[in-house]
Amino acid sequence: MAQVVVRRLLATIPVLLLVTAGVFALLHLTPGDPIDVMMAESVDATVKATLRAELGLDRPIAVQYVTWMGRVLRGDLGRSIRNGEPVIENVGRRIRPSLQLALMAMTISLVIAFPVGIVSAVRRNQPVDRAGTTFALFGICMPNFLLALLLIFFFGVTLRWLPISGYTDPLEDPVAGVRSLVLPAVTLGLALAAVITRTLRSSLLEALAEDYVRTARAKGLSEGRVVRGHVLRNALIPVVTVLGLQLGTLIGGAVITEYVFALPGVGRLVVDAVFARDYPLVQGVVLLIAVGFILSNLLVDILYGLIDPRIRLH
Amino acid sequence: MGSSILGSVSTRLGAAILLIALALAFGAPALAPHDPLKQNLGNALAKPGARHWLGTDNVGRDVLSRVVWGTRVSLVAGFVSVTLALLAGSVLGLVAGYCGGTIDGLLMRAMDAVLSFPPLVLALALGAVLGAGLTGVLIALGVVYTPTFARLMRGQVLSITARDYVDAARALGAPGWRIACKHVLPNATAPIVVQASLSVAFAILAEASLSFLGLGIQPPAASWGSMINAGRGYLQHAPWIVFGPGAALFVTVVGLNFVGDAVREALDPRIREQGRSA
Repeated sequence: MAQVVVRRLLATIPVLLLVTAGVFALLHLTPGDPIDVMMAESVDATVKATLRAELGLDRPIAVQYVTWMGRVLRGDLGRSIRNGEPVIENVGRRIRPSLQLALMAMTISLVIAFPVGIVSAVRRNQPVDRAGTTFALFGICMPNFLLALLLIFFFGVTLRWLPISGYTDPLEDPVAGVRSLVLPAVTLGLALAAVITRTLRSSLLEALAEDYVRTARAKGLSEGRVVRGHVLRNALIPVVTVLGLQLGTLIGGAVITEYVFALPGVGRLVVDAVFARDYPLVQGVVLLIAVGFILSNLLVDILYGLIDPRIRLH
Repeated sequence: MGSSILGSVSTRLGAAILLIALALAFGAPALAPHDPLKQNLGNALAKPGARHWLGTDNVGRDVLSRVVWGTRVSLVAGFVSVTLALLAGSVLGLVAGYCGGTIDGLLMRAMDAVLSFPPLVLALALGAVLGAGLTGVLIALGVVYTPTFARLMRGQVLSITARDYVDAARALGAPGWRIACKHVLPNATAPIVVQASLSVAFAILAEASLSFLGLGIQPPAASWGSMINAGRGYLQHAPWIVFGPGAALFVTVVGLNFVGDAVREALDPRIREQGRSA
């Protein structure tokens, strides 16, 4: 197992290097002079020259990359042009709402997906299964921002049950905090629930057709014990795979959700940085998100081994 | 049996939705009842009715006409970005799979690097540097979807080049490019077409998301995502500004998903086999 982890870690290094090169290149893909794009025409030439020197744009590109990488490895991702603060501090301030949103959305998705997926598979082709698969189709085809607006319209504007925007930290005020996160988390969680439901249903159907299930039933085990004791654990592998693959969608969804609900998270920070043309901030946040995404996928790979001993042995 | 009938119903429904969307996209100038850009402040936020079936927006523009014109943007974004990704990915996958060695390693690690970014975040970052507008979105989405096609094509090439008929062609002295074009490509097409048909719906969703965030086609031109974003400030008093383009987007994505599933069912032998045994 340790060997698998080390091998997987080593394989990540070249990808990480290419990711940093890609993020570095972002600034240089800008048509024209990036300084002119970032700053208004009226800004003084000396200010522009200072920023150019600070970003190292007056030096050869290879030197720029090596210098930038050196700084990144020391944890210095540069400073935001907008507020002059280090990128790390900008992200640090925004990480808590994003993590709370992701955690709540993940919980909602699992709470919905498991019962719906299991009942759909066990009652295949019956009305309850059709309802489950229709729900999955709805969740997959519904854009995040549209679902968010529908939820705002019904639960915020019409029924006035929940706040439609803003954020309260649940660690400071649990009730107001959870209320401020319910609609964003449902928006994000429903799409994820749809994908997990679909995957769980099909992997359960596959597992239910296995010989060991027939044997378990022949021994007189109840359907509930067959599913809990034999089928579910074997059907979990594809679900973990999908959870790993969906992390990217979850992060993308969080960008939109935070934007719609005005949550001060990392996703909102990316959008704000893009529109402010704050390229050092865009570079820094995108790099951090990509590294987080790679490490999460690494964690998912390691999780396989823990769930399935066959993978561990190979 | 029940599921096969349901399958054919959903396929027909998907095909009908796609045909209607294509007709609206091509025939927008003739089919849109009003000028999608013409403002009429005296008739702003008018409710849906006989004159304006989907109502008017905050500056009095006909929502239905803008939805019809928005179809064009969405379909262009979906089909063109996937075509770009398909072409780039197929070439890269073909080269990687056929050449092997260092070239294969380099190209595939580059594809892994692209896949290391959450798709929407990468599209946002690329959109930021390429500038707002349809061209930037098309290129950004093309880049985002390229690795999927490259990996798929590479896998196909590796499996096809191990077959006897490719060995035979080599033994007869056929040059590499000829083997790639005449033997490998035609046999690798089916899974690529399946992937492309499934990707179009997601590309349309991605374009709408980018337009919603303000990076897609710029106002006053109509796109579903930007219309929904513009309408969210009027959700309480004029929800039709959001619901019209929202319904169009949702229905189109459902239809394309049905068509994608049907294409997969028709071209993927494993699924076809499952369908028969079910």
